Amino acid sequence: MDWFLQQLINGLALGSIYALIALGYTMVYGVLRFINFAHSDVLMLGAYAAFFIAPAIEPIISLPSLTGALLVTLLSALICAGIGMLIEFLAYRPLRSRPKLTVLITAIGVSLFIEFTCQHKAVFGADTKPFPPLLPATDFHLAGLVVSSNDLVVVFVTALLLAGMWFIVHKTKSGMAMRAVSFNQQAAALMGVNINRIIAFTFGLGSALAAVAGILYALKAPGIEPLMGVQPGIRAFIAAVLGGIGNLPGAALGGLLLGLLETFAGGISGLSSYRDGIAFAILILILLFKPAGLLGKASVEKV
Amino acid sequence: MNLFKRDFIVLGMFVSALAGLTGCGGGGGGDTILVGEFASLTGKEATFGISSHEGTQLAIEEINAAGGVLGKKLELKTEDDQSKAGEPANVVNKLISKDGAIAILGEVASSRSLEAAPICQQNGIPMISPASTNPKVTETGDYIFRVCFIDPFQGTVMANFATNTLKAKKVAVFTDVKSDYSKGLAKFFKEGFTKAGGQIVGEFDFNGGDKDFKGQLTAIKAAAPDAVFVPGYYTDVALICIQAKQLGLNVPLIGGDGWESDTLVKIGGDAVEGHYFSTHYAADAASPKVTAFVEAYKKRYNGKVPDAMAALGYDSAKFLADGITRAGSTEGAKLRDALAATKEFEAVTGKMTINAQRDAVKSAVILQVKGGAFKFVETVSP
Repeated sequence: MDWFLQQLINGLALGSIYALIALGYTMVYGVLRFINFAHSDVLMLGAYAAFFIAPAIEPIISLPSLTGALLVTLLSALICAGIGMLIEFLAYRPLRSRPKLTVLITAIGVSLFIEFTCQHKAVFGADTKPFPPLLPATDFHLAGLVVSSNDLVVVFVTALLLAGMWFIVHKTKSGMAMRAVSFNQQAAALMGVNINRIIAFTFGLGSALAAVAGILYALKAPGIEPLMGVQPGIRAFIAAVLGGIGNLPGAALGGLLLGLLETFAGGISGLSSYRDGIAFAILILILLFKPAGLLGKASVEKV
Repeated sequence: MNLFKRDFIVLGMFVSALAGLTGCGGGGGGDTILVGEFASLTGKEATFGISSHEGTQLAIEEINAAGGVLGKKLELKTEDDQSKAGEPANVVNKLISKDGAIAILGEVASSRSLEAAPICQQNGIPMISPASTNPKVTETGDYIFRVCFIDPFQGTVMANFATNTLKAKKVAVFTDVKSDYSKGLAKFFKEGFTKAGGQIVGEFDFNGGDKDFKGQLTAIKAAAPDAVFVPGYYTDVALICIQAKQLGLNVPLIGGDGWESDTLVKIGGDAVEGHYFSTHYAADAASPKVTAFVEAYKKRYNGKVPDAMAALGYDSAKFLADGITRAGSTEGAKLRDALAATKEFEAVTGKMTINAQRDAVKSAVILQVKGGAFKFVETVSP
């Protein structure tokens, strides 16, 4: 029983990270109808931003501390928001009127470009670097179960950001514009929505989310390298599809389910090497039987 | 048209004559002997490659300072293979055919040594790997040597250590399914440990590069082992140690030479304290040979303490020089025979003899992580 509950906790903690990354994927998809594959690399850049900012602010605010962690995360999120908007401006905006496939391929190109540029020794280098502890961490022991404070932080932040994103999309003017752009770009433009600004805003927000996820991911596993985003990025993408891509609560649900499945698979002796395979098998099954995802609504493409 | 053609021929002759002139400095004919080295100076296993290269370079400098071999100086030409598959074939081909190296030193990683070995074999150029422990490396052919022990030995060493020193009865094995090195060690560890009367209570896998191991570690904890064998590389191992500690899995984790890097301690912090791994040599072992090497290395590289890869790189170059001296020639076949006949060679990493498979037979050491450094525990003879 202890074993089961502990795996539940492990799975939820891992799933929350996937959920957080999936939020960024799903939001960009929701507005623009394309998968921003560079999202997982912005996540990595977020972790590196924190890696470089932390020693710089250490003389002012001691680390690990809550205020220090908040400040580092905020600055990294701002930097990544800028990077996200830059990527959109340079790589995606010129292609906006082209077929979606063109943009999708470009996104893969951007992703590979970032990964391999960062692996160059003049940039970050390919070796793993120790990530500084930003938050004071303790492990809570409850009747044989272990809950790490970092895991609680991840769950809390994911819930908070999910609520925040939901609020922005559904209750603010920018959110309304985002939904309008998502519904029909031309019509939204005719109604006076500044398309460029809304899309840039979406990318900025998505990238800021990626940065927060990257930092939390690095806190959990304190070694960072330029390819660190690839694996969780794929999981988060699957989570977004699983939950119904474009759907915010769906992304969170998909992330949690995937984290749980992966953890339980890892804990079973013969299955532990199939962890990755299981994630992809789920993707294929979902696409076969419920293409719109668990919470997604099937929609008819207008021709 | 004809005129142009003739000009080209003249030019070609001139260029080749020039190449011949400069070539004299590099090949075996001049006053230096060219030794080629390929190493992962950048990329994922760069800490291993840089260490072995620094050791090799130090050895070459020492040999030259003592008058060289056969009255000639050794010249080391190093190529970086960027820890990438495909690259070793390119650079080793270049070292042999363009530069005229008489022998090749390298690589640390078994997969990259396996790529270069057939090229050296075909060209009849002896290749000496400093640290590739996979048995397949020297199976490529009779020109391929190594100065380190092989995985079956290392796996068995750790099995004996778990049985005799840790008094472990039940052990769980946690393998990196992506790595031949890890799978090989796990296999030989399991064989050795069960033969010694121990019981394997859990076998779990991870993928090198994973960041979350809690699913497997929770199950390992539930199996209540006395120790966990983790034959992985340092970055994964550091994260595994952290998460094992968080989950309250308070038994020794043990592993192989893939653990040995400062990065293990930098990432793992106090979570890696107290764990053990086997490797090729200990910088704090009290032999005069080791002390002299550590002093020389520190002097040459700003106080840096040499790790096992540095010691093996050093040994590979000294082993080669010894072979050339005994062969009295740099000719491939003669050099090969001399190297194959090496017996009781005094290396920094222990006294070694080359066996029929061209593998070094020598002892291993067990180190423990203590106070953020690697401390010598015991020596295990084959």
